[in-house]
Amino acid sequence: MEWLDTFWSTYSTLVLTVGTNILLALSIYLTLACGLLTVANAAFMGIGAYTSALLTIHADLPFLLVLSCGALLPALVALVIGHPTLRLSGVYLAMATLAFGEVVRIVILNAEETTGGALGLNGIPQRTSGFDVALAVGLVLYALRCLACSRVGRTMIAISQDEVATELMGINVRAYKLLVFVFGAALAGLAGAFNAHLTFFISPSEYGFERGVEILTMGVLGGTGSPWGAVLGGLLITILPELLRGLGHYRPIVNGIILIVIILYSPRGLWYLVRWARRSAQPAR
Amino acid sequence: MLAQQFVNAISLGGVYALFALGFTLVFGVLNVLNLAHGAVFMLGAYAALQGVVLFRLPVLAAIVLAMVVTALAGWALDRMIFAPLRARQAPHLAPMIATIGVAITLTSVVEGLFGAENLRFPIQMLPSEAFSLGGAQITSLELKIIFLAFALMALLLWGLKKTRIGCALRPLAESPKAAALLGVNVEGLFSATSIVAALLGGMAGVLIALYSNAVFPHMGQPMLHKGIAVVILGGMGDIRGALLGGFFLGFAEVFSVAYVGSTMRDAVAFGLLFAVLLLRPEGLFGKAEQRRA
Repeated sequence: MEWLDTFWSTYSTLVLTVGTNILLALSIYLTLACGLLTVANAAFMGIGAYTSALLTIHADLPFLLVLSCGALLPALVALVIGHPTLRLSGVYLAMATLAFGEVVRIVILNAEETTGGALGLNGIPQRTSGFDVALAVGLVLYALRCLACSRVGRTMIAISQDEVATELMGINVRAYKLLVFVFGAALAGLAGAFNAHLTFFISPSEYGFERGVEILTMGVLGGTGSPWGAVLGGLLITILPELLRGLGHYRPIVNGIILIVIILYSPRGLWYLVRWARRSAQPAR
Repeated sequence: MLAQQFVNAISLGGVYALFALGFTLVFGVLNVLNLAHGAVFMLGAYAALQGVVLFRLPVLAAIVLAMVVTALAGWALDRMIFAPLRARQAPHLAPMIATIGVAITLTSVVEGLFGAENLRFPIQMLPSEAFSLGGAQITSLELKIIFLAFALMALLLWGLKKTRIGCALRPLAESPKAAALLGVNVEGLFSATSIVAALLGGMAGVLIALYSNAVFPHMGQPMLHKGIAVVILGGMGDIRGALLGGFFLGFAEVFSVAYVGSTMRDAVAFGLLFAVLLLRPEGLFGKAEQRRA
């Protein structure tokens, strides 16, 4: 098992980042699967990261409690802004959440006494372990699997297919939208809390528009057909830049081209392609 | 002091309005939220700057070069992204996500080619004589920027109102199918709209680059966010609303910096945007219209 130790000491940060990015991808998968394009996930991640980091630095609470608070506060914020925001649909919803994300970033930037402003927070203890992240990803995936076979999961599919028809069947569409929005925010906040206790340092610029777009890229790349798509998207978007270090300044181009190619040629995402390939590989019965 | 702020607000607001016009035109006609508009803005600024620095062109010729480059970008954007998605009748969020990809791609190509640092026009290239106008200092550069911005806006409004193409755009914005039945060259007009919009965005980029004399790869990002704020304020797809919204934001920003403090400047734009979206989604100046989505 010696190779495993060397592997872990070299790549542990990368593996843990894969884990947190999968959580982020799942957070946007929840809303995308419901047909909602919200780009506030980076802001919720930031709220989670700052909440948890401040709790650890100033109060030194147990890590589990810190994580729960890091997930809970963004969920509360989502609950408050979700009610008026989710009246909007389509591009209007995307723009409102984008504006909200910018407001959060600017507030963090300007609340210098607590957040350190543009300089960020330094010296956050590294508490994130591989076990915690794996457990969190596993639990979330299991919960989503249970959800998919439940009433809630089927309602989500119905809403993404046809909102009006779903509403006519007597389903409270607004409540379901709020539910996925709040859960998505909690997941993003949890990922932010893990991330803050992994990277030692956080600053407001990490939770801006670029991060939001990166999260969206993971969701779009994987596709919205299954949570496994989000897992695939999170994995690829984390590992690809590492493999393409030689590109230097051109590196972000990969995310851009991925977005264009997927939207143009495989709008249902990679996971759909994987399933399609598997099905056509099976002999016809 | 007040007169000085007024001049600043007019020149800044003019550029915002120019940028927002292109943005709102694409939304109104192609029904696409073009998030690559900020990258085209940046492309215009770089084309003009490299024209001056690399090819030693005079400023006016560099502006023409920037127009050619951004027009090509607008045409390519329509042919390569919007047209295939139109043909497939993709849901309206698909082109928006694709334009995010275009923005990232353009930005990182420019960053790779010219570096991430802040580039400047050679200072002796820019006219610097200043006039005194009712207590305000106004440089001839500012005068030219204001003149160019207003001339382009007037040209666009005239074109939309009086030319055949402008008239054909109205049924197109209403319903592409009906427009095609009326004998309008739908695909050609979509391309033309994308080109004109890119031209307007690129020109705004050139003007901002001259105004603040700072060109960098990510300059399109804050501008895009402001453009979104402007078209939301003015009502999506509304030409006059974009004009008014642009000046409104210019004045709001300049006066909040002057009398409230510079840290609040960006918060003003987004606070306004968020509030308007929640309270008056049809825009400050628009009439309520039926929901499109």
